[in-house]
Amino acid sequence: MARIIKQGALVDDPWQILALNEGDLAETVPLPTGPVIFPFDVWQAQREAVLARDIPFGLWLDSHQGPEEIAVDFGHFALIAINFPKFVDGRGYSTARLLRSRFGWMGELRAIGDVLHDQLFYMKRCGFNSFALKAGKDIDGALATAFTTWQDNYQAAVDQKQPLFRRSAA
Amino acid sequence: MYRYNPVDHAIVRARVEQFRDQVARWQTGELTPEEFRPLRLQNGLYVQRHAPMLRIAVPYGLLSSTQLRKLAFIARTYDKGYGHFSTRHNLQLNWPKIEDCPDILAHLADVEMHAIQTSGNCIRNVTTDQFAGVAPDEIIDPRPLAEIIRQWSTFHPEFAFLPRKFKIAISGTADDRALTWFHDIGLHLNAGMDGQPHFRVIVGGGLGRTPIRGQIVRESLEWQHILTYCEAILRVYNRYGRRDNPFKARIKILVQALGIEEFARQVEEEWLHLKNGPSTLTQAEFDRVSTFFTAPAYSPQADSDELLDHQTLADKAFARWIARCTHPHKIAGYAAVTLSLKKHGQAPGDITADQMDAVADLADRYSFGELRISHEQNIVLADVPKADLYELWQVAKAAGLATPNIGLLTDMICCPGGDFCDLANAKSIPIANAIQARYDDLDHLFDVGDLELNISGCMNSCGHHHVAHIGILGVDKNDAEFYQVTLGGRQGNNAQLGKVIGPSFSAQEMPDVIEKLIGVYIEHRHADETFLDTLDRIGAEPFKDKVYEGKVRRGKPAPTEKEAA
Repeated sequence: MARIIKQGALVDDPWQILALNEGDLAETVPLPTGPVIFPFDVWQAQREAVLARDIPFGLWLDSHQGPEEIAVDFGHFALIAINFPKFVDGRGYSTARLLRSRFGWMGELRAIGDVLHDQLFYMKRCGFNSFALKAGKDIDGALATAFTTWQDNYQAAVDQKQPLFRRSAA
Repeated sequence: MYRYNPVDHAIVRARVEQFRDQVARWQTGELTPEEFRPLRLQNGLYVQRHAPMLRIAVPYGLLSSTQLRKLAFIARTYDKGYGHFSTRHNLQLNWPKIEDCPDILAHLADVEMHAIQTSGNCIRNVTTDQFAGVAPDEIIDPRPLAEIIRQWSTFHPEFAFLPRKFKIAISGTADDRALTWFHDIGLHLNAGMDGQPHFRVIVGGGLGRTPIRGQIVRESLEWQHILTYCEAILRVYNRYGRRDNPFKARIKILVQALGIEEFARQVEEEWLHLKNGPSTLTQAEFDRVSTFFTAPAYSPQADSDELLDHQTLADKAFARWIARCTHPHKIAGYAAVTLSLKKHGQAPGDITADQMDAVADLADRYSFGELRISHEQNIVLADVPKADLYELWQVAKAAGLATPNIGLLTDMICCPGGDFCDLANAKSIPIANAIQARYDDLDHLFDVGDLELNISGCMNSCGHHHVAHIGILGVDKNDAEFYQVTLGGRQGNNAQLGKVIGPSFSAQEMPDVIEKLIGVYIEHRHADETFLDTLDRIGAEPFKDKVYEGKVRRGKPAPTEKEAA
């Protein structure tokens, strides 16, 4: 079982991510059994079949997919994941902030894909609370140091609602 | 100037240690070169033609003498004893070793400096007017808000991996000197109807391969909202800016694709959610930061104009320097001084470590220990008593910093070009030097008068050639270096792009081309007309006719950059 960082600890992760391979169609791709994180397109195309499985499931958004269309369905999801196809594709940071701050997603928010040590701090600030580090990377080292790079920050974000200037003025 | 508090210090120190760790993980192979690249770029570290290049931030152009002495020490210790001031308030070192960079950053942190976000697809160094706080035409001092924006943009967690780089410039004067129309966000500070500072917000400007003048996204924004409004702009850009093609990824392309009305609508819609939120600035924070930018302890100066008149009458060289290198000051008896980094025969913007020390001494003796960097790649001592000018000039002259050419033809903006830069299509410094050599005669140079000539070694346009009266762009034609010439660009309130005059020229032809262009001006000018005035009056045709006279114009003119892009 793969290990991920969740709520500041290393845990075994039971979730399987369904990804559409070339030739797969969202409408017809077979739904695996067990705990699955479905892509947004499959959720859209096979909503009734996904719900009929009657076991908890997660949903993942790709970097070009925003949170607007899933907010009404939050009640169905055991977790939401955001994919980083490349670590330099920074759209997921905005998606995460919107999910947390505007749409009120309180559950697990997971970074998946090209998730690397040096982006974890920013991801945490934007509201992620679980991190599936890219395979082959030093997850122990990441957990040990990547979340504590800075002790304080200037800006308001999900993890610190007040910017520094409002906190130090108090 | 702003001084770090313990939190500011801790944030910059943490960055040094983070980068030290990143370099170590890159050296062990834990970080691949591809993974390391954006990390080192966000610390200003490029891998260049000969060696790495480290770009150090000089936020909104302000330096203390202590900081400049530290830069001199770094240039001597870790480089070849010189540095290069870029057009965006940065100092570039051309020869550091990658493994030395963490130590260099630690030295910088000792004097409240850093290289944070001087490159990479993130929010870059915020820039402003080199005469901020002293310019007679200043409406509002932009420096406190520039510092507030610096802090907000430093390690902004949401905007570290934008589609492309993002540059903000802020100006608070009647006359724009910060090139605000050609930044991703340009901010004009103005007094609003309520007497409070308001911003005019311009978006989507930029030079580069697709030069576009920015457009007004909001005519008036109360100062308290500047961070939330910028956040709204950045979020729309981060989500919807193109990422499929780096040449189409700047915000200007998104603004063009949506149209300014639709872009503004999306920004306003996003902003509704952020407006009046926690990131709304407080008066207390504005006041706290403003206390760092109060006026220095000016002493009442006797009217020194008479003395100055005597000195300039007695010494023609001094008179020339006064005419070109001193600028009006809002306090009677004071002047702002530009120390030229455009000495003929040197690379524009280059400064030796010894010169840095000399400038630091000058700043301590004559200008309250502070100095500024201009986007024209010169140094400004902003607060010099007029009575001290003669003495200052003599010291500056001895240090090679008193070439009286500010605003003249040889005060060129010039990128490092093909001698150093990996992106360049052509060399730019030798062209600058050749033109300087042609116009080495000061009488001639003064006769030609106000003229801005800028040189970029490739279409990334670091040399700002688009907004020069005469712009020179290095292009690659079948592996040979050629130069395309534009006329009529300008900065300021009426900033506009120059137009290409025709086919490009070889390096050898360039001094003659410039001489012909100037010959046409001198032939046609009316009394008191500058080059630009004459060009605007008679149009580009007489210039083209002269330059291409007897030249077979084979084929079509080189495509404009917009077409080429």
